[in-house]
Amino acid sequence: MIFLDSLIQGILLGGLYALFAAGLSLVFGIMRLVNLAHGDLIVFGAYLILLLVSLLNLNVFVATLVAAPFMFVLGWILQKFILNRVLGDDILPPLLVTFGLSIVMQNVLLETWSADSKRLSAGALETASLTIGPINVGIMPLLIFISAIVVILVLNLIIYHTSLGRAFRATSDDPVTASLMGIKPKNIFSVATGLAMIVAIIAALYLGVRSNFDPSIGPARLIYAFEAVIIGGLGSLWGTLLGGIIIGVAQTVGATINPEWQILSGHIAFLLVLMVRPRGLLPRAFD
Amino acid sequence: MISRRKLLKSSAATGLLVASGGLAAPALAQGSKIRLGYVTPASGPLAAFAEADNFIIESFLNVAGSDFEVIVKDSQSNPNRAAEVAKELIVDDEINLMLVASTPETTNPVTTTCEAEEIPVISTIAPWQPYFIGQQGNPGDPASWEPFNYGYHFFWGLEDIIQVFTNLWNQLDTNKSVGALYPNDGDGNAWGDPVVGFPPVLAELGYTLTDTGRYQNLTDDFSAQINAFKQANCEIVTGVPIPPDFTTFWTQAKQQGFVPKAASIGKAILFPVSVEALGDAGHNLSSEVWWSPSHPFSSTLTGQTSSELAEDYTASTGRQWTQPIGFIHALFELAWDVAGRVSEIDDGDEVAEAISATDLSTVVGPIAWNGNGLPPFAAQNIAKTPLVGGQWRLAEGGGYDLVVVDNLTAPMIATGGSMEEIS
Repeated sequence: MIFLDSLIQGILLGGLYALFAAGLSLVFGIMRLVNLAHGDLIVFGAYLILLLVSLLNLNVFVATLVAAPFMFVLGWILQKFILNRVLGDDILPPLLVTFGLSIVMQNVLLETWSADSKRLSAGALETASLTIGPINVGIMPLLIFISAIVVILVLNLIIYHTSLGRAFRATSDDPVTASLMGIKPKNIFSVATGLAMIVAIIAALYLGVRSNFDPSIGPARLIYAFEAVIIGGLGSLWGTLLGGIIIGVAQTVGATINPEWQILSGHIAFLLVLMVRPRGLLPRAFD
Repeated sequence: MISRRKLLKSSAATGLLVASGGLAAPALAQGSKIRLGYVTPASGPLAAFAEADNFIIESFLNVAGSDFEVIVKDSQSNPNRAAEVAKELIVDDEINLMLVASTPETTNPVTTTCEAEEIPVISTIAPWQPYFIGQQGNPGDPASWEPFNYGYHFFWGLEDIIQVFTNLWNQLDTNKSVGALYPNDGDGNAWGDPVVGFPPVLAELGYTLTDTGRYQNLTDDFSAQINAFKQANCEIVTGVPIPPDFTTFWTQAKQQGFVPKAASIGKAILFPVSVEALGDAGHNLSSEVWWSPSHPFSSTLTGQTSSELAEDYTASTGRQWTQPIGFIHALFELAWDVAGRVSEIDDGDEVAEAISATDLSTVVGPIAWNGNGLPPFAAQNIAKTPLVGGQWRLAEGGGYDLVVVDNLTAPMIATGGSMEEIS
């Protein structure tokens, strides 16, 4: 029974990792850009929600909705005025820029919000749970998991069933040919980063409700997201969810054997998958 | 613009200060100031410890600004950086005395650097075992441990916190089954150590301990621990997790229907903001109390009592008091007191001697490096301050208050109630 419980907790945890990773996966899939500041942008999103909650006295879920357009614009500006300037054949400059951005954001957050750890309050929902047979399933972890699935469904809908999505895929496959067809890759990149920021604000909501956050916590929370993206197969969002679940389950099952192995088990699962499937589980395309 | 009136007023005030300083006014060559170096984690994950720094240094300079200069360096919560800035302070700024506070990650590298450079250093806010043992060449071999010549530390130790926690639990009617959350870091390993940590003492007092092992910090799931605690029917939870981990654990425990009668937690619930992060679920969590406004001591620097100091902090910053305020204030009290008893401030050995001869009643209690309550190897470098137990209670106007509920370890500190069960 404890094993079943760990399995379910692990799957739900995977949803959280997938949600952290989805924005990362989207951006990487379209422009081969590893955004090292993604975790800090999520933390920034959490502070933005907190600001709206305290200023306008909104419910956290409503505040997230209000914050989403801001985040889109922020992502758009970030891409258009900073990242687009460094994107090119060499993958190093954009990587360094996002690395620097990560440090700048942490310090700006520290200056404005101090080092206090904060949390978003979802009231009684935080500790509520469903009892299914002998197992208690927390409402909040369940909600996170469902949100991850919805986010990925919606993103896939956009990518595979809209003209914007066609432009995404075309740019991803071959930006030069795509631009011959009248697509401006840099504009597409800006929209994609904007979209990734909307996913980030949803991740931020759950980051903040689930536990404390402070300005320096972004990178630590992002490690598992990176792993989920990589073992899922670069560019595949369902792969990212699968990768998240594998790491989540590996962690909780490892912890059942011995909590000292919890984090290690996740990393070992990551390495094992890479050994068997170096390109990840569901790679989108061969490039 | 300085008016005649203003000038008269301020010079009268300084005159008064020197007079009231009396004994403490140091012997100094005209025009030169004593240079204090202060290393503190002003940014990074430990920054909450340093929040009161500016407030305290300002009040110190108000009193002693004519004789002292304080040079503050940020460790960025990074031990390597702490050692580096300590070196800068010693070599470039030519400080006379080093002060350092807040966790072994800050105190230890700075003390080690000062020891090598023969600069006297006073440190605080780190239990003495990680401070003293953590700096030894071979922490595993007590026979090889050496005292420091220039490092002086004041705080409490693990033995005190074990005493305080068990006193708290003895107030309740429990089945004496304890679940432990010890992370794989300096604190977690010390608390869970089978020789100097909680396990031997708890076994002696008839408690059964469920210790599931050292988990990594920033773990996202605690279902394994919660299941183990449920199986062992634990009614008490203890540990020294970092704040986000405790929030994750406590929230998940509630989701899983695990509610112990007592939860005595170090570190994670030190600051009121981290308890507030738990919403209403923080009510009656218990913790160690090293300083509070109800501590019956007052400052030798400003004459303020503990409660006046806390009120002053709240009035000037708009923030609730936190425990480090008292200790960082006491650090500067000591600097002021020591400098007053030294004839040649540039002589590191004389300053170190003056520190070891200290006998001062500070805002955190009496401090003297006389070896009271300490094993012989640590007697020279450590001074212990009193420790009591407290519980966080929901305050009427929102937020939480820390109420002292057990003072068996230091009866002079008044309690504000008795231990209550978590419901």
